[in-house]
Amino acid sequence: MATGEVFALLGPNGAGKTTTVEILEGFRRRDSGEVSVLGTDPDRANPAWRARIGVVLQSTGEFEELTVEEVLTHFAGYYPHPDDPERLMELVGLTGKRKARARTLSGGQRRRLDVALGVIGRPELLFLDEPTTGFDPQARQEFWGLIRGLAEAGTTIVLTTHYLDEAEALADRVGVITAGRIVAVDTPAGLGNRTSRPATVRWLGPSGPRAEETATPTEFVARLSGELGGEIPQLTVTRPTLEDVYLELIA
Amino acid sequence: MNVLTLGVRRGRLEIKQFLRSRESVVFTLGFPIIMVTIFSLIYPGELAPGVRYSQYILTGMIAAGLMATGFQGLGMQIPMERDRGVLKRLAGTPMPKASYFAGKILMVLAIGALCTALLLAYAVLFTGTTLPADPMKWLTFAWVFVLGITGCTLLGIAASSLVSTGRGASAVVTPIALVFQFVSGVYFVFTSLPHWMQQVAALFPLKWMCQGMRSVFLPESYAAHEAAGSWELGKVALVLAAWVVIGLALCLLTFRWTTRRDG
Repeated sequence: MATGEVFALLGPNGAGKTTTVEILEGFRRRDSGEVSVLGTDPDRANPAWRARIGVVLQSTGEFEELTVEEVLTHFAGYYPHPDDPERLMELVGLTGKRKARARTLSGGQRRRLDVALGVIGRPELLFLDEPTTGFDPQARQEFWGLIRGLAEAGTTIVLTTHYLDEAEALADRVGVITAGRIVAVDTPAGLGNRTSRPATVRWLGPSGPRAEETATPTEFVARLSGELGGEIPQLTVTRPTLEDVYLELIA
Repeated sequence: MNVLTLGVRRGRLEIKQFLRSRESVVFTLGFPIIMVTIFSLIYPGELAPGVRYSQYILTGMIAAGLMATGFQGLGMQIPMERDRGVLKRLAGTPMPKASYFAGKILMVLAIGALCTALLLAYAVLFTGTTLPADPMKWLTFAWVFVLGITGCTLLGIAASSLVSTGRGASAVVTPIALVFQFVSGVYFVFTSLPHWMQQVAALFPLKWMCQGMRSVFLPESYAAHEAAGSWELGKVALVLAAWVVIGLALCLLTFRWTTRRDG
């Protein structure tokens, strides 16, 4: 992984996403092989190394009776060069909730508090484990904006998700994992060579819906337009989606 | 940030969290007072000349209250925190691990002190108890309190690793605590218990905490009614200190930051 990169680990439930990330985070021991995170073996994690990484786990909502501001201020004290809690509350959109007890927050707000806690130490490397599971569409969009902002500020991000649109929206590169093995690593667009694969042209012919696979869709559509004398009814041209490629890869 | 500074900050946060959860405040602080009241009403008489049963149960409940905050409190709270991922989140930060334990100990000390103060205030106001004037008695109180609650705290932390889920914790910890209260002479006069029961209880800290508290709050004349005919303060100190060491060793050997299913 390169510095400043957003890397998404995609895979079905039980594929080993969380296990992989937990080995990288130093929560779990590997059975074999070598691991290096920021030049250190996570098995030998020390506070200095911990201060350089940020971790957003799957679980949330464990502060119950403490307020957003108290939790953030407290966690800032763990790090040698923490971010300003005030600025972070602003960044994750919780300024209005600063005096709210953690248990009264909605799922999306708790998740944003989790992210704020993950980045309060100004980590060089941030792990996000299924950060938007259970979010409504608007909350996801806002959350994606937050992650993009962090990436632009230079944070390297490792993200696990089983949402393909999330990987496509955020990641520079995607790794697909299934049954504990990485089966593909590429940019979201390049995954499974989908940009160079045949496109499917669909339209409504005189005798019903038609579909044709072609490597040269522009030429095909031009010819078809000529044959039909102009407008092609219900024309669509599609290439395999990330989902199509992904389902092929994990099959 | 050093271990101690962060330990103090964690302690403040833990105390704040405790005081804000109403159920635990009412239960932890109210239960000993309710028990003292009930038992004093059931047994209104004297145990020995000048020693009422209500005085005896008061000393027992002070000791039991320390065990409740240290052993039961942490034995239930830590597995829940482990289940909810609090521990894992902390383990993912550069916070020194010792600061977590320092914070827990500070919280238990504060709650234990509050609990004891309320019991004493209740006893003075409503049962006509007089507190000892001799500073030596208060010195004894201080070391019995600190050694007793520290041992219970460490054993509570150790017990937290025995249970695999937060929900199972109270099912394990509560009966253990209840059994110890009965065999250690919290509710019944220790010397009236079967001999073998006394022998078993003498291996564990609660019996000695009760005895130490009796030496502080009961008249000197009652010492003759103890099992050895005296308060045995040297032995109290020895046994409690031994349990601090055992408790610390068990903590270091067994503590887990993550649940078993986490691997």
